[in-house]
Amino acid sequence: MTTDTISDTPSTTSWLDALRKLLRQDSGLIPVLVALVLLVVYFEIRSSVFLQAANIANLFTQAAVYVLLAMAETWLLLLGEIDLSLGWASTGAGMLAGIYTNVQYGWPWPVAFLLGIVAAVIVAAVSGFLTVKFKVASFIVTLGMQLIVQGLVIYELDKVFQGGGVPVQNAVLRNLIAGDLTPTWSWIFVIAVVVGLSALAFVRRAKRKAAGLTAPALWKLVLRVVVIAAVGLFLGYIFSVNRGSFIAVTGVPFAVPIVFALVGLYSFILGRTKFGRYMYAIGGNAEAARRAGIPVDRYRIYAFMLGGFTAAIAGLMLISQLGGIASSSTDSTIVLYAVAGAVIGGVSLFGGRGRMVGAVLGGVILAVIKNGLTLIQLSGPAQYIVTGVVLIAAVLVDVVGRRSQQLAK
Amino acid sequence: MTDTPILELRHVSKSYGSVRALTDVSFQAFAGQIIGLVGDNGAGKSSMIKTISGVYTPDEGEILVDGTPRHWKSPHDAIEAGIETLYQDSGLAPDLTIGSNIFLGRELRRRNVLGRLGFLDQRSMETQAMEELEKVGISIGAAKRTVSELSGGQRQAVAIGRAAMWAKHVIILDEPTNHLGARQSIEVLKVMKAARDRGLCVLFISHTLPHVLEVTDRIIVLRLGRIVRDAPTSEFTVESLLGTITGLNQ
Ligand SMILES: Nc1ncnc2c1ncn2[C@@H]1O[C@H](COP(=O)(O)OP(=O)(O)OP(=O)(O)O)[C@@H](O)[C@H]1O
Ligand SMILES: [Mg+2]
Repeated sequence: MTTDTISDTPSTTSWLDALRKLLRQDSGLIPVLVALVLLVVYFEIRSSVFLQAANIANLFTQAAVYVLLAMAETWLLLLGEIDLSLGWASTGAGMLAGIYTNVQYGWPWPVAFLLGIVAAVIVAAVSGFLTVKFKVASFIVTLGMQLIVQGLVIYELDKVFQGGGVPVQNAVLRNLIAGDLTPTWSWIFVIAVVVGLSALAFVRRAKRKAAGLTAPALWKLVLRVVVIAAVGLFLGYIFSVNRGSFIAVTGVPFAVPIVFALVGLYSFILGRTKFGRYMYAIGGNAEAARRAGIPVDRYRIYAFMLGGFTAAIAGLMLISQLGGIASSSTDSTIVLYAVAGAVIGGVSLFGGRGRMVGAVLGGVILAVIKNGLTLIQLSGPAQYIVTGVVLIAAVLVDVVGRRSQQLAK
Repeated sequence: MTDTPILELRHVSKSYGSVRALTDVSFQAFAGQIIGLVGDNGAGKSSMIKTISGVYTPDEGEILVDGTPRHWKSPHDAIEAGIETLYQDSGLAPDLTIGSNIFLGRELRRRNVLGRLGFLDQRSMETQAMEELEKVGISIGAAKRTVSELSGGQRQAVAIGRAAMWAKHVIILDEPTNHLGARQSIEVLKVMKAARDRGLCVLFISHTLPHVLEVTDRIIVLRLGRIVRDAPTSEFTVESLLGTITGLNQ
């Protein structure tokens, strides 16, 4: 075990190895970004409306629900678990917030929102507890939980307000999706995000260099900052253009900073804290984590709860976007989009690998497919088929990336 | 060598359902000793060290550390008591970096407000990981590569380094020379000697008898879950050791 034991030994460089290496760069974000760009270019060519202000704003609000659901499921997938009840838990949370902010009850909105969130977290915690305590597959436990929650939600929806469903009557709930930052605040938000991300990247690199550690190449960093700045400026511009038809509508929808804040928080937890490190450790090799002294079961339950929490936020966005929920407008398939979004975003189904940013991109891809296909008059069936194809492609990427790791596990 | 054994097993038995892995195992281990643990496949070596390290709880018997009976609720307790283990099976988290693996379960936080918010001190962990690994005789290039990118032997080196770096009283190495080439195996023997010289008690499990004879002070032979011989290394030759392991000597 002299110096050369763990040095870079040139391995056989077949094209497949090269491909694998590329796919695993930046935690597998490259293929997702390429897919996203290709989809955007395709839809813009097919429909000139796609990149217009009104549609982009629309796209972002559509994406909010998908992105949040994908982020919710990411907590589970990172541990090699799954929560199939997240879709209905999310609908349930939105429903509760809708019911109790309704004029008939008139609760203050924070209390009503909290009720929805707590309910979803409890449901998730119960699933997590059963999974951990009785060592059953989370797939089965949460499948059962999904049916239970579905039953409760539909029962409630058919009962409240004479069975007409729950309309959104509270301004805060409605404005999650329909409200916008003023143009000035929109620019401040965009510039703060761009400058913040760039500064963080450079400071981190400088400190690593100073400590004599390996640091990313400068050109990669500059490239990343340029891309972030370009996207930021483009979106800033898009959101400052009037997109209303009768009254002027400008600015970034509230949903966007909310999602950004959550992504930032989660990325920080996963990348910079003990909690996040344990998530990856448990997902990669639960027994090794246990033997390193990590209370694995407790962290598993935490992951379920974080999934439930995030799904509840998605539910608030969902009811805000739909303007209300009736049993006829509920959708059992949204949980599948949660899983699909995360996996498309490079979160491994086998646990241990993936990032929140990936889940965001995966969710955006789902929204782009839906939005774009609707614009070129190919909604419904085509949306299912295209999403399916993209999902399978994403899983193949995951498997190819993972295979090189399994050799010496 | 002090009079109180740093580690002692008293009448320990362990079964997996109907499979009896350990029967009435008792021995004492002292600081500054390398003890070889040998036996055929399935003799119960790994089962024994896993009861010592808290992966399993013994069905019967007691484990004493420094003279005090201890009951591990989880591997965490054994680690806290200064016992580090290199397992024959799964030991590292593949998707974490070398540095993160070295510090897994004992992460360093930043020493400022950010640290109180949960920020880890990534840089200190990486530099310390490299320094400490070098101290115990293992050099690695960059602590930032993930373990999944390493070869089998390199992973083994990281796992050995982690155990050697953190052990305070006892270090258990279950077939540490697995996956390793001849030269690297010699290095592992050096790591063990260095640990002994630091005053640790080393439990060394191996099927490579010449290695065991070269480096240990004492050898314990397990057969079908029982200790059949516990004697100073000087009393063994490769032939007599082989005979005791297989049971042809009795
Ligand atoms: N998790 C387990 N479940 C059931 N039986 C087990 C388990 N682990 C070990 N055993 C059994 O216990 C006995 C002792 O196994 P152990 O792994 O301790 O042997 P070992 O001496 O380490 O062998 P090797 O040299 O092959 O590593 C064997 O009969 C084995 O089949
Ligand atoms: Mg063994």
